[in-house]
Amino acid sequence: MLLQQLVNGLTLGSTYALIALGYTMVYGIVQLINFAHGEIYMVGAFVGLFLVTAWNVNLGLAMLGAMAVCMMLGMTVERVAYRPLRGKSSRLSPLISALGASIFLSTLMALLAGVNTRRYPAIVDLSSYSLGPVQVSSMQVIILLVSAFLMIGLHMLVRRTRIGKAMRACSQDLEAAALMGINVNRVISYTFAIGSALAAAGGVMVGIYYNAVWPYMGTMAGLKAFAAAVMGGIGSIPGAMLGGITLGVLEIMGVAYISSSFKDAIAFGILILVLILRPQGILGQKISKKV
Amino acid sequence: MTLLEQWITEIIDPYYLRILILMGINIIMVLGLNITTGVTGQLSMGHAGFMSLGAYTSAILTLELGIPFWLTLLAGAAVAAVFGFIIGLPALRLEGDYLAMVTIGFAEIVRVFFLNFEPGGKAVGLSGIPQQTTFSLVLLLTIVVIFFTQRLLSSRIGKAMYSIRENEIAAEACGINTTHLKVLSFVLGAFLGGLGGALYAHYMYYINPQDFDFMRSIEMLNMVVLGGLGSIPGAIVGAAILTVLPEMLRIVAEYRLLFYGALLVILMIFRPNGLLGDIRLYDLLKGKRKEEVKACQS
Amino acid sequence: MPIIELQGVSQEFGGLRALDGIDLKVEPNAIFGIIGPNGAGKTTLFNVITGIYAPTEGRLFFHGTDIASLSPYKVARLGIGRTFQNIRLFNRLSVLDNVKVAANWKRASGLLASLLGLPAYVREQRECSAKAEELINMMGLYEKRMEYAQSLSYGEQRRLEIARALAANPSLLLLDEPAAGMNSAEKLELMELIWKIRDDMQLTILLVEHDMHLVMNICETIAVLDYGRKIAEGDPAQIKSDPRVIQSYLGVER
Repeated sequence: MLLQQLVNGLTLGSTYALIALGYTMVYGIVQLINFAHGEIYMVGAFVGLFLVTAWNVNLGLAMLGAMAVCMMLGMTVERVAYRPLRGKSSRLSPLISALGASIFLSTLMALLAGVNTRRYPAIVDLSSYSLGPVQVSSMQVIILLVSAFLMIGLHMLVRRTRIGKAMRACSQDLEAAALMGINVNRVISYTFAIGSALAAAGGVMVGIYYNAVWPYMGTMAGLKAFAAAVMGGIGSIPGAMLGGITLGVLEIMGVAYISSSFKDAIAFGILILVLILRPQGILGQKISKKV
Repeated sequence: MTLLEQWITEIIDPYYLRILILMGINIIMVLGLNITTGVTGQLSMGHAGFMSLGAYTSAILTLELGIPFWLTLLAGAAVAAVFGFIIGLPALRLEGDYLAMVTIGFAEIVRVFFLNFEPGGKAVGLSGIPQQTTFSLVLLLTIVVIFFTQRLLSSRIGKAMYSIRENEIAAEACGINTTHLKVLSFVLGAFLGGLGGALYAHYMYYINPQDFDFMRSIEMLNMVVLGGLGSIPGAIVGAAILTVLPEMLRIVAEYRLLFYGALLVILMIFRPNGLLGDIRLYDLLKGKRKEEVKACQS
Repeated sequence: MPIIELQGVSQEFGGLRALDGIDLKVEPNAIFGIIGPNGAGKTTLFNVITGIYAPTEGRLFFHGTDIASLSPYKVARLGIGRTFQNIRLFNRLSVLDNVKVAANWKRASGLLASLLGLPAYVREQRECSAKAEELINMMGLYEKRMEYAQSLSYGEQRRLEIARALAANPSLLLLDEPAAGMNSAEKLELMELIWKIRDDMQLTILLVEHDMHLVMNICETIAVLDYGRKIAEGDPAQIKSDPRVIQSYLGVER
């Protein structure tokens, strides 16, 4: 029973982690909660659904297509709603602009696709395997493997490539990076693109796993993934992974052993506790105020 | 008061009366959020949590115990204020976005609590709440609240709250107890949120937890931002516009939220301080003087 | 008794020792300068004195009481006013309100008195406005008292910060690079102003400054910091001829 819940929690947690990575990367560089990120995840799920139903593609292609579309969308949102505000206004304005973009995207999708919940056709074999006492479905295996693959890929990208180095430089000090000749706008744009692609992959997989796609699915998922990012220590990539998985496991455990009707409250309760006890998150570094 | 009410219900169309009453309730709540977020700069994205605490407290007191209406209003506001105090405490350690997250989490927890709260009718909510909120009462309370927030914001406490928004480190260096004032800003904001919620419950007959979801919090934040953070006329204008506009746009109801979202983005790009955010009477008068001088010279 | 005394004050940031065993005594009514190369710990020293950082080690006395663990607003209330290297004004408050905010914390009346506009509160406010206007006038900003602080010129903003720091009647004033960005005429005015403040208000001034001409002319005693340590202390003549100071900071004169 406990082991089974752990597997379910890991599955949910790795999708949170995929979304949380986008929040944490953007936050690490521009200190903005990208509220539209949850909607990017939702759009990803819809694009995947469209590709599967209209063109009968397989899961891999559906995910790649959704990632490509969401990369463009993420960059567009950044260009339209955030870049004009950068560096000239209070911290509150970009946050509100992000909220606006989020509301705009979910409503637009509701108008285009209707508010009803849609279902993926059966493109994945839904059989499950028994590993001792634990039942693992093939979709769970896919989610765990793909998430692990994407996270390792992201890690290599950030550590080993030029753009990764530029991203790390920008998250240290945006102004200094600009002075060193780094094209800051381009780095920010790429950061949005990469984060959006990860969220899109998560969206497609969650859409299939829970067999439900609807225009407002991004709001709660986004809030929780942000909670996960904060929990892990915002700005920290390993922190987002750890936070996502921790939150997923704790949430599933809470549902299993406490009550399912308090599902959403559990995630936020944990978040508030973490923030009060350890405001910098699990892996975040304590930053002393600059004076 | 009853005479005024009779006279008003006779001359104003019920549909417009309803919009006016909801507008008044929104103004009261938004003036509260304005103290927390607009003046003191502590971003609260869970104002609907305070609203629902006020609404449920007053409704349950009325339905279960038959307590006089005005007392249930005060009780609703007071319970919300107590929770404002509790939510204000993390504000001492957290800044900006982290605090926003706590307020979102708080409102969600409150909503889930009421979804599972037996005396509150769980997901079905409470119905049959007597409609005791009248136009004249809302008008009176709105005027009283405007008067006292105006007093507060022009007082030394209000100026100190603005100084925290403008530069917290400098405010501390000026001897201002920022911890104390941040918590106070949450308590006062929550009090007005709870008062508005109590009025709302006694106007709508019926409340349920979905009335107070994340979108409701965002709607109220929009009102503060649209009018101008920290400005009382701004909060009033913001609440008025965003109460009336959706009603007018009901014809194209489907596009309403689309418009809302776009409005926020456009506003932040072109007028980040809101419609009335950086307009002061002083500047208007001075501008006039300059024009007069110009007129004399030419 | 010295007005402020530091005994072995150290400040660490994650292994980095920004201040290393600083001893310092400042006598009442002095103008005391702190100099040193960038990153020597001058601003950190101010932040420790004003309570923004609690020192990792050492003790800190103001008028004989230990203030090392007090929060910034309490330190301010005991009578230490300061300005900031990177100006920190309340940009969207008027010039007058910037000063009134700082003058106001002493007032006794609370929330209810302000809301109801009780007579005691009204009287206090009148006194407070008068005090603020006097200070603004002294800084030559009276004409601009209703403007937003952000609309002032750079030099005016620096003067407004000083007015704000003086509003609470401090006995010790900390000025963090007050002459930064000023031309030589403005620097002369600033020197006059600092003398005037010290003499008229009977207070002690501690200042961090890079402009050697200003420091050497105005300060009676100077302490030199380098890598978080105090490497010299003395009057301007002593400092100018101290070999360690010349080596690490002033450079060899040709």
